[in-house]
Amino acid sequence: MKHALAILLLTTAATPALAAKVYVSNEKGNDVTVIDGDTFEVLGTYPVGNRPRGITISPDGKELYVCASDDDLVRVFDPETMQELHTLPSGPDPELFVLHPSGNPLYIANEDDNLVTVVDTQTHKMLAEIPVGVEPEGMGVSPDGKVVINTSETTNMAHFIDAETFQITANVLVDSRPRFAQFSDDGSKLFVSAEIGGTVTVIDPATQEITKVIDFDIPGVLPEAIQPVGVRVTADGKKVFVALGPANRVAVIDGETLEVTDYILVGQRVWQLAFTPDQKHLYTTNGNSNDVTVIDVATNTALKSIPVGQQPWGVVVAPQ
Amino acid sequence: MRSIVTVSLVSCLTAGALPAAAQAPAAPGAEAPQLVRAAVLRVDKPALPPISRLEVAPEDLGFAGARLAIEDNDTTGRFMGQDFEAVEVTATPETASAELDAILGQDIRFVVLLADEATTLALADQAGDRALIFNAAARGDALRGADCRANLIHTAPSHAMLADGLAQFLMWKRWPRWLLVHGSHPEDIALADAYRRAAAKFGAQIVEERVFEDTGGARRTDSGHVQVQQQLPVFTQRAPDYDIMVTADEHGVFADWMPYHTWDARLVAGSAGLVPRSWHPALEAWGATQFQNRFEKLNVRPIREEDYQAWVALRMVGEAATQTRSADPDTLKQFMLSEDFQVAGFKGQKLTLRDWDHQLRQPILLTTGLVTTSVSPQDQYLHQVTALDTLGIDRPESACKF
Repeated sequence: MKHALAILLLTTAATPALAAKVYVSNEKGNDVTVIDGDTFEVLGTYPVGNRPRGITISPDGKELYVCASDDDLVRVFDPETMQELHTLPSGPDPELFVLHPSGNPLYIANEDDNLVTVVDTQTHKMLAEIPVGVEPEGMGVSPDGKVVINTSETTNMAHFIDAETFQITANVLVDSRPRFAQFSDDGSKLFVSAEIGGTVTVIDPATQEITKVIDFDIPGVLPEAIQPVGVRVTADGKKVFVALGPANRVAVIDGETLEVTDYILVGQRVWQLAFTPDQKHLYTTNGNSNDVTVIDVATNTALKSIPVGQQPWGVVVAPQ
Repeated sequence: MRSIVTVSLVSCLTAGALPAAAQAPAAPGAEAPQLVRAAVLRVDKPALPPISRLEVAPEDLGFAGARLAIEDNDTTGRFMGQDFEAVEVTATPETASAELDAILGQDIRFVVLLADEATTLALADQAGDRALIFNAAARGDALRGADCRANLIHTAPSHAMLADGLAQFLMWKRWPRWLLVHGSHPEDIALADAYRRAAAKFGAQIVEERVFEDTGGARRTDSGHVQVQQQLPVFTQRAPDYDIMVTADEHGVFADWMPYHTWDARLVAGSAGLVPRSWHPALEAWGATQFQNRFEKLNVRPIREEDYQAWVALRMVGEAATQTRSADPDTLKQFMLSEDFQVAGFKGQKLTLRDWDHQLRQPILLTTGLVTTSVSPQDQYLHQVTALDTLGIDRPESACKF
């Protein structure tokens, strides 16, 4: 494959660059599946605590963070050995989190307790608990690291939180069950998915005004099955990918016109998405078919489905 | 609750901004919050204990769901400058009318009602224009049909919705031949009607009907398993060949005894066995786990259907207040009854109101004791408007005229 060749050339030129490793949290399997991003082979499956959902990695690739929801902890692993390094206090039922672009702190949504917990990844201390709406879930951070977004699923709001003072500065009402918040890399747009509303709201972070609400319409798929969850934006801002849950598709949106341009059929109940560092591939977690799908970003095509563990939830790819 | 932890990182940041201030709601200005008031009125009738002691109704039945809804609404309300409250009132059929008057006398305009059909209808008429009533318990189709009322919203699913939900699954299983056994109470007969209608609608065949008479205090099941083991096989023998027994037993007289006591080795559905419900404490999909956790933390028991139905009712009020940014009862009522209204109820899709009879559209869970066995509508049943309208009385069939 072309891609494998490209990587091969890169690796020979650069220092002992690692293959992009892909880490998938399996909510019901209580483990993480590690995939080789070049060969698409499963390298191993490692226990990570109870009900792992949110998963992310430090910018230097040295620490893998997993929300162990039923352990009320964030567990931190060495991404190479998958040995647990330590744990972080997370507050009860951590579901999803976002790491500050600098790698510290970690902002965690506590789904059962209507809180966002802020944890210092160096000192392992809790810095603050921020009361938000009911069932906080989606967590986003602006590229400049100044604004943290939390979405609350039953309150139906995107809360704008000052990343330093931990104050809520604005609340934007969106459609039902907002699941995920993602900034474009230039910080000019904020995308918030609404699972039950079936929409993605585009917000101007500067004014907190809604610029557009994107609807989806797939021939032959019941409107109720279209449940947007994970959102990722390419670095150039040209393409926005949205996982559509039980519609079993990932929508592709033109980042400028904000019109839907394509739907990519993937596995069942697709939730979260992650790019490889070169942004050639996008991985999707398909919770009901217990696999991940690799999407070719340039052509909007599904390349391969890889079986993982039970009910894959989150996915992150190691930086290179 | 854990207190706010503040350490080093904070101290080196902008002076004067303490994280504790994050507690403060971002309410518009310093105005007093808009207050949205409601009442939950539960009308208890004296009844025999249920067949199983696991089914004994908790003291806080319905109220527990309402309390969670108020918590949920208030959490959102902190950001909207809105505050919600619900007074809890229990009554008997004899005192219900006076209690409703007392509620209306406090100028409360939203009343969640947990009562039987006759009481629900009487109280709705008594309230008239003065309050919007949410029926969170009564399931009869007449209340949504010929006896419908414009000031009545139904968060409890109707008999027809429950029967259709079960029927779709049984047809998907290719079990079209039903032995229908219903009790002798008016509600049982009404539910049996719903099963007859569902059979005709989805192409099932009721091979025979039998009536299990409730003989009062000396009901045959009172003697427990010893007599039941002798009597129920006799009651169910010599039936034409059937795939599954469908039971209609709204008062819990016999159905729970039926599984394993039928003459033929057949499954039981309806009021026992595979039971269609609005909610079940084992549901985990669609964020329900979080909902169950929050309910159990607040109320220290598993949730019941009545709690869910009361919760949805007050969440509807809360959602209307959030979306309209208003606490004005007329504004909220108007919005709830408008096409724009929807509420999320942990059932995988938005819940909306049918404008022809004010029934809340909702998926029906099919449960077997410990698990959610299936959820209807089944994918195979399509509808030109929404698959949820394959459950219950659709617009062209409705006898309701407001």
